[in-house]
Amino acid sequence: MRKVGVAATGLAEFTKNEISIESLMLSAIKPIFNNTPNLSQDDVEVVLTSTNANNKYLANIISELSGISPKVAHSVESLCNSGTNCIVSAYAYISSGLADTALVIGAEKTNSPGLVLEWDKSRGQYKHPIYWSSMFTSAHMRKFGTTLEDLAHVGAKNHRNALDNPYAYFERSYSVEEIMQSKSLTENVRLLDCSMPCNGSAAILLAAENVIKKFCEQPVWITGIGQKAISAGFTKNDDLTSMKSTIISASDAYKMSRTTADDIDVAELHDAFSICEIIELEDLGLAPKGEGGSLVKKLYETQDRKINPRGGLIGAGHPLGATGVAQTIEVCQQLQGKAEKRQVDGVKVGLVHNMSAAATSSTILILES
Amino acid sequence: MSKFEQELKNGNFVCSECVKCNKLVWPPSDFCNKCFGNVTWRPISRIAKLVEFSRRNDEYFCIAEFENQIRVMGRVENVSNLQVGQTLALVRCDYDGKEKFVFRTMI
Repeated sequence: MRKVGVAATGLAEFTKNEISIESLMLSAIKPIFNNTPNLSQDDVEVVLTSTNANNKYLANIISELSGISPKVAHSVESLCNSGTNCIVSAYAYISSGLADTALVIGAEKTNSPGLVLEWDKSRGQYKHPIYWSSMFTSAHMRKFGTTLEDLAHVGAKNHRNALDNPYAYFERSYSVEEIMQSKSLTENVRLLDCSMPCNGSAAILLAAENVIKKFCEQPVWITGIGQKAISAGFTKNDDLTSMKSTIISASDAYKMSRTTADDIDVAELHDAFSICEIIELEDLGLAPKGEGGSLVKKLYETQDRKINPRGGLIGAGHPLGATGVAQTIEVCQQLQGKAEKRQVDGVKVGLVHNMSAAATSSTILILES
Repeated sequence: MSKFEQELKNGNFVCSECVKCNKLVWPPSDFCNKCFGNVTWRPISRIAKLVEFSRRNDEYFCIAEFENQIRVMGRVENVSNLQVGQTLALVRCDYDGKEKFVFRTMI
C-alpha cells in the first residue's frame, strides 16, 4: 500500500446562518484552492462528499460547481462519523493506486435528517440521542462514581478551548457552575452537556506519497486506521460504561501505526455528550478505566489542551457530516505547528476519534508529521 | 405498517424467529441475520430484567432485557426504589409511529 497524506485543508465557519449545502461545501473547498500552490482542478481524481443531507448526486454536483471532472465521485453517509468514513474511503482509493489525489468535503445543516435514527426500534419512544446518553451516564455513575460535576468539567474545558477556534459555533465560555445549572434534559444530562447541531463544512485534500510534495512541503501522514460497526441498534451495547466499537477500532489503529496510547500527544474525541469524552478517554487507553472524569478535571484545571483543543463537538458545534473532517484538520494543524493559540507543544502523533449512533460504530485515525 | 408494528399496535410484543436455525432476530427482520432463513413471528415473554434507567422530569425510562437477549427502551410506571437487575413486567405496548413499551416493577 502507498503512503497517504493530508496535502491541504479548508474550513467554513460553523453557524446557524441560512445557506445551501452546496454553498457550505464550496466555502470549505475555496480555501484549499486559494492556499495550495500548484493545485488545479485537473489534479483532483476523486471527489467524495460526506453528509446526511438527502441531496442526490451531491459529489457530482459539487465537482461540477468546483470545475472538477474526477474519475470517481460519490457520497458517504454514516450518521455522525460520515466524515472519517469518507476519509477512510479516500485513503483506500489512494493507497490502492486507483487514484493519486482525493478531495473529501464534509458538510451538514442544522436540520439534518441524521440527528435521529428512526430505524432503531429497540429505542422505543426514546429515539432522541439524549436518552442513550443518559443511559451511558447512569451506568458510568453507578459503576465508577462519576458525578454531575465531573461531566460539567468536560463542557467547561471544551467551551473554553473553543474560544480560540475561529470556526467554532459557540463564542463564549461556560463555567462549571453554569453548566451544572443549565436546563436539565434528564436527571443526568443537562443542556450544556450536549453538542449543538449547526451548519458547518470542512474539506481535506489527500494525496499519495509520490505526488504530495507538489502541493505541500509539510504533509501529515495517515499512519493508522481502525473502524468497527458492532450494530446499528443502541441496545446492542452490552456494557454501557464502555464503547466496544471504540475499543476495537482503537486497537486496530494503534496496531497499524505501531503506536500506543502513550504515544498520543493530542486527540480529537467525539464528545457528542459530556459522558462520551469520559468513556472515550478510558476506552482509548488515555485514562485508566473509571478515571476519565479525573483526567478531564485535571486537564481543565491545568489548562492543558491535549484533548479536544478545537473545543470538541460541545464547544465547536456538531455539523454531522463535517465533524470528522474538522477533527482531522485540527490534528493536522497541531502536527504542523499551525494551531495558533490552540497549539499543544511538541505534537508528533495525533488521534481522531469519531463515532455514530451511541457508539454502535467508531472510526479512529492516527496521524503523524 | 410492518407485521411487528401491527402486532405492537394490537398490544402484542412479538419478535422474528428463524424457522431454520431458531435464532431470535432482533431488531425484527424478515430474514435471519445468522443464516438468512425465513422467519416466523412469536410472542416474547412479558417478563424482563431492568438493565439501566434514568429519569426525565417525573418520567422514568429504562433499558429492559427479555429472554436474556432482547433489549428495548421503555417507560416504567409505579416506580419505587428501582434497582438494576430487578424484574419488570411489560404491561402495555403500542405503536403510533414510534414503538412504545410500558413496564411496571414486580414485587
